[in-house]
Amino acid sequence: MHPAAQGLLTIFLGVGGCIAYFYFSNQFLDKILFPAKGEHAGRNINRANMVRPWLFLFPAIFALGLYLAYPVFATLWYSLTDRDQGGAFVGLDNYNQMFADPKFWEAVKNNMLWLLVVPAASTAFGLLAAQLTDRIKWGAIAKSLIFMPMAISFVGASVIFKLIYDTRPVGQSQIGVLNAVWLQFDGGVGSFLILRLLPGLLMLCAAAAAAYVAWGSLQKMRAPGVSKIGSSLRVVFVVILAGIALAALSLAFGAFTKDYPYGEPQTWLTIPGWNSFFLMVVLIWIQTGFAMVILSAALRGIPEETVEAAIVDGANPFQVFFKIKMPQISGTIVVVWTTITLVVLKVFDIVFAMTNGQWETQVLANYMYDKLFRANDWGLGSASAMIIMLLVSPILIWNVYNARKEMR
Amino acid sequence: MDNIAGSKSSLTWIVHISVALLVALWLFPTVGLLVSSFRTTDQISSSGWWQSLFPTEQNVTLRATDPDDDGVQSLVDGVYTITGNLFEEMGAEISVWGTSSRAIDAYSAGETADLGDGETITVEANGDYVWTGTEELSGRGQRVFATAATPPEFTLDNYKRVLFSGSSTDSMAKAFFNTLTVTIPATIIPIVIAAFAAYALAWMDFPGRAILIALVVGLLVVPLQLALIPLLRLHLNIGIGKGYLGVWLAHTGFGLPLAIYLLRNYMVGLPRDIIENAKVDGATDFQIFTKIILPLSFPALASFAIFQFLWTWNDLLVAKVFLIDATGQTTVMTNQIVELLGTRGGNWEILATAAFVSIAVPLAVFFAMQKYLVRGLLAGSVK
Repeated sequence: MHPAAQGLLTIFLGVGGCIAYFYFSNQFLDKILFPAKGEHAGRNINRANMVRPWLFLFPAIFALGLYLAYPVFATLWYSLTDRDQGGAFVGLDNYNQMFADPKFWEAVKNNMLWLLVVPAASTAFGLLAAQLTDRIKWGAIAKSLIFMPMAISFVGASVIFKLIYDTRPVGQSQIGVLNAVWLQFDGGVGSFLILRLLPGLLMLCAAAAAAYVAWGSLQKMRAPGVSKIGSSLRVVFVVILAGIALAALSLAFGAFTKDYPYGEPQTWLTIPGWNSFFLMVVLIWIQTGFAMVILSAALRGIPEETVEAAIVDGANPFQVFFKIKMPQISGTIVVVWTTITLVVLKVFDIVFAMTNGQWETQVLANYMYDKLFRANDWGLGSASAMIIMLLVSPILIWNVYNARKEMR
Repeated sequence: MDNIAGSKSSLTWIVHISVALLVALWLFPTVGLLVSSFRTTDQISSSGWWQSLFPTEQNVTLRATDPDDDGVQSLVDGVYTITGNLFEEMGAEISVWGTSSRAIDAYSAGETADLGDGETITVEANGDYVWTGTEELSGRGQRVFATAATPPEFTLDNYKRVLFSGSSTDSMAKAFFNTLTVTIPATIIPIVIAAFAAYALAWMDFPGRAILIALVVGLLVVPLQLALIPLLRLHLNIGIGKGYLGVWLAHTGFGLPLAIYLLRNYMVGLPRDIIENAKVDGATDFQIFTKIILPLSFPALASFAIFQFLWTWNDLLVAKVFLIDATGQTTVMTNQIVELLGTRGGNWEILATAAFVSIAVPLAVFFAMQKYLVRGLLAGSVK
């Protein structure tokens, strides 16, 4: 049978079957099992109403259980077994083998970079776009254009950006925008301003900002009445910030001292260390629209009075934004941040299509696919899937905790 | 803030310019792909797409008419002469030219080149040439190497090739229909299942409801990477194997948490009075659901439908694992593009066109139903 006909038949059977199931199971319940008449009419109605929710829920619970809950445990089990030995239990062997694989640590390192950069950049750009577009007349059109990449597949976006990063040999005219722009730099004053001073200053600012926040956090820790858990969390936070500040400082130093290969077309995706960032740009490009839409709704939800009061008190636009608006939308920023974090943890298509993990761009999801379908090692693949699950679980617990709190 | 007197500052201009820059930056990559898909191989490899909107300087090799063809030579004032135009299509403009590949800029337009043996050729800027000889001209037509500014030129050939050629490597037609075949059932079936479950979770009282809702919220973030091996083994064991049925089921399972979550949140917000009145009037739960809840929930249903459609259309991983077998008959567009990236990494006209064919449908859906998409996003993330 032709697949399209098969598809139509499946829609028909699937939808018809679902509706028939719901209809007839309800009929069966009301008419045959617990008829609402005779001597036990009242009792029967109550019983039918106790059973009915489960009739409505059964297909969903079945599908959820089979397609999402069961695999979590099955994968956990597979990660402890070895396929070559006929699925024998091997304890933590797969994990040990994985931890000894330098490619795995490369993937972890890259994933951490992605986790730091992509949510931060997407949220920042999204916030900027939301704040700016809310103030102008053609904001709606601007928003819908920035939002558009959301509809483009990761694979499509990869092709789009591969064209941007394309490289031609010296002498031919460059068809990739990035190289065309790069060749404009010749080491003169313009190059110094844009390639050394600008990134250097940006990195210095970032270092200063991180150090400032860390310092503020330390000050708060000294305040009386801080719980032990709170202060230990704070220490971790401060250490991370200090690390970021140091990294930014060294990058700033690098920006001023690095020897740039002016005039040579670069194969951007093969420069280790930088190529991961070129891949991240793709995801940032896609996710910024999402962040913008959510944050713009949050910005509109801010009560006018608070903003007006601040303006009357003489606050300038920047103070209004950072001191009045930001605190009120901080909850939404956290939601946006975690949602993008989830996307980042599962990112597969972009790396698969653009570099396939070569040149030190491996990430966990692609590492797992590699082990699973190229090396055919189900144990190792499952073990790396469990690592992704492990990274996701704090967000999972946080979400469930919040949902439970709301229900009460 | 705009409605406060005195807040309109000089910043307004900066805001307009920044937004314009931001939009341009975000649009630029996609436009590049779109423009490239309308250019020929030569055009793409000789200049960046941003130059294609203006006339480009190209080095071209042209040839005058063969002297041996009947009736092209005429004897004017005792000189054998051939006249004509070097270009097949008008519009290009020659700046410099030459008669040898080693000196392609020997003459500028309008000058006359001496070819030896009494032969000369004159080439005008628009491609008109006059080729003369004291003896009868023979052999093949004179070659001219010219640097010409060609006007912007676009072609639909790439689309013809990608959509209608039937070539097994380049053709997207089959992959397009395969993608549709995957997408439509995988969008509709989870909606039906989730709608009933969401109604039960929103409007029916039973023990364990809170736990079930928490479970759905938890499953919302489970990475589907975990599901690949167990489910593939399951499908192989129960005989579904790799194929459409498997991918439909997988997409249904993976889409359900979001569907239930979105629909339940929406249904909880529906007015309680309507439902209670219907119950008092003797309507059964099944009737309430089909006659009242479903029609009222249309916005939420549409939101999820768009999500699921975009997600299944754009998906690569699930299709690769559950659908595409060794024969490659059931390939979907995303997979086809990844394969093109491997086999035709440098053929940007094919790649760009194939990619644009695959993103055209989601873009159309996106612009047509953006309202519902935004609504769904807001309902799904802002708690």
